Amino acid sequence: MLRNLSKTIVGFARDHKLAAFGAVIVLLFVITGIFAGQLAPKDPNQVSVRDSLVPPNAEFPLGADNNGRDVLSRIIFGARISLYVSMTSVGLAAFVGVLLGIVAAWYRWLRAPIMRLMDVLLAFPGIVIALTIIAILGRGIENVILAIAIYQIPQFARLAHGLALSAQEQTYVEAAVAGGESDVAILSRYVFPNIVAPIIVQVSLLIPGAIMTAAGLSFIGLGVPPPTAEWGAMLQLSLTWGRLAPHMTIFPGLALMLVVFGFNVLGDGLRDALDPRLKGRG
Amino acid sequence: MFRYISGRILIGIPILFLVITIVFFAFRLIPGDAARIIAGDEAPIERVEQIRRDLGLDRPAIVQYGAYLAGLARGDLGTSFSSRRPVATEIGSRYWNTFSLALAAITVATVVGVAMGVISALFRGRWADHLVTVAALLGISIPVFWLGLLLMQLFAVELGWLPAAGYGTWQHFVMPTITLSVFSIAFITRMTRSSLLETVQQDYVRTARAKGVRERLVLFMHSLRNALLPVTIVVGLRFGYMVGGAVITEEVFAWPGLGRLLILSVAQRDIPVVQGLLLVFATSFVVVNLLVDVLYAFLDPRIRHR
Repeated sequence: MLRNLSKTIVGFARDHKLAAFGAVIVLLFVITGIFAGQLAPKDPNQVSVRDSLVPPNAEFPLGADNNGRDVLSRIIFGARISLYVSMTSVGLAAFVGVLLGIVAAWYRWLRAPIMRLMDVLLAFPGIVIALTIIAILGRGIENVILAIAIYQIPQFARLAHGLALSAQEQTYVEAAVAGGESDVAILSRYVFPNIVAPIIVQVSLLIPGAIMTAAGLSFIGLGVPPPTAEWGAMLQLSLTWGRLAPHMTIFPGLALMLVVFGFNVLGDGLRDALDPRLKGRG
Repeated sequence: MFRYISGRILIGIPILFLVITIVFFAFRLIPGDAARIIAGDEAPIERVEQIRRDLGLDRPAIVQYGAYLAGLARGDLGTSFSSRRPVATEIGSRYWNTFSLALAAITVATVVGVAMGVISALFRGRWADHLVTVAALLGISIPVFWLGLLLMQLFAVELGWLPAAGYGTWQHFVMPTITLSVFSIAFITRMTRSSLLETVQQDYVRTARAKGVRERLVLFMHSLRNALLPVTIVVGLRFGYMVGGAVITEEVFAWPGLGRLLILSVAQRDIPVVQGLLLVFATSFVVVNLLVDVLYAFLDPRIRHR
């Protein structure tokens, strides 16, 4: 079992070199997020007026911001916030969305109400829905997670709905119905396991969007509240200070782009590996 | 064709009605005393009461909903809490700014994206293809606001060629247009490439080749026209989103459009304006989709005869 798994991974990495590179970036991102406390050279919130805006040097490898806080340490702790917000929001969206999609496929009378609601959500760009949720619930990290989850739910619901519609036509589902199994048992034991792979791919393709939206909300001042170290919030400061200290603009953006790039190429590779027909699709 | 178009319009109307209804009741979900939360903790009690009356929160929800619908029918979107001006005026005065930016961005995105996609497919597997593929991957990965900040640093601060922010001359359009279009360029490039490579495998293309038609001619005359059909849909979808999705670009460049109005209204919890903006965004999206459907039916006769 374990040997098969490692064989699969090695094979995947050989066939999809760019995706393997993406996987390495994602892994580094996850490790950085989890061990931020051990990896960061300084306290990310340590203010030092004397070091305000100093360019990269031995003490501050990536320079300091307007409050003299270490940019490297803030980027490392920013990875933790990004990891936490993106994983929880996409996880929540996947759970609710897949549930809605499967239920809408199985119970015909629920199909129209659920899927029309999803259509309504899809009529708006993600950031607009997220901002609306913030307008209703107010600021704060939990509301950011909820805001991102809500705009991603229809993406999962639509996918799961389509997959479940064909999965439930299979003979083994018919057999389960004939055998008198309950709806919950059929959906969880026969339908769900057969649609799970494309959903995992969808998760990896939607995480970068979640990371970007979370940073975008902080950038416009409506996301994770300061002084929490967050990449979007760091870039917001650079709107004011970037002219004097370009390192405040360059490094947080680079971190953000690298992580998003990693997830994107990993997601592309996973999709290709899962369904070779889709190879190269936009 | 007429039947097809009217059918499409009939699908759009219930979606808009649902949007109005859901948005209306969503704002009644604000936990606690909505008027107090909207006014802020420090606001005097008179202001809280005024907001309560303005929103009609002292009346039953269903009566409020009826009054709101009646207002909409007259073109009345309510009154802004912060500016005390009609929401329709607030939105109307900024709509063109956002629309023109979105139009500029989608034009650039379509021209550049299709060109890059065609080049990529034409030189499949060679260095030009790899270059375009990697550029497109970077394009969908670059954060919009970071790109905006870098452009600003380079062209406004270092070189001094373009104004850093604001609205007015054509120079003001350059950086926001690039910023807003990059994601769509990358998206359209990928779509064009894969669609073209798929079309090239079709039977009629093989027939054209077998007849001895020159390869370039096969690609541009026989394949491209059909390959661009799905691209039309993507372009329409991206444009429909751009009217509402220019939020961050507008914020970076202090562009006086609907996106900035949305950010400001969310920050101040100016609910009537947020409500009005959502309605305008949804309408734009539905109308653009309608136009795309019609265009698609026009380009592909199979659809309107189905």
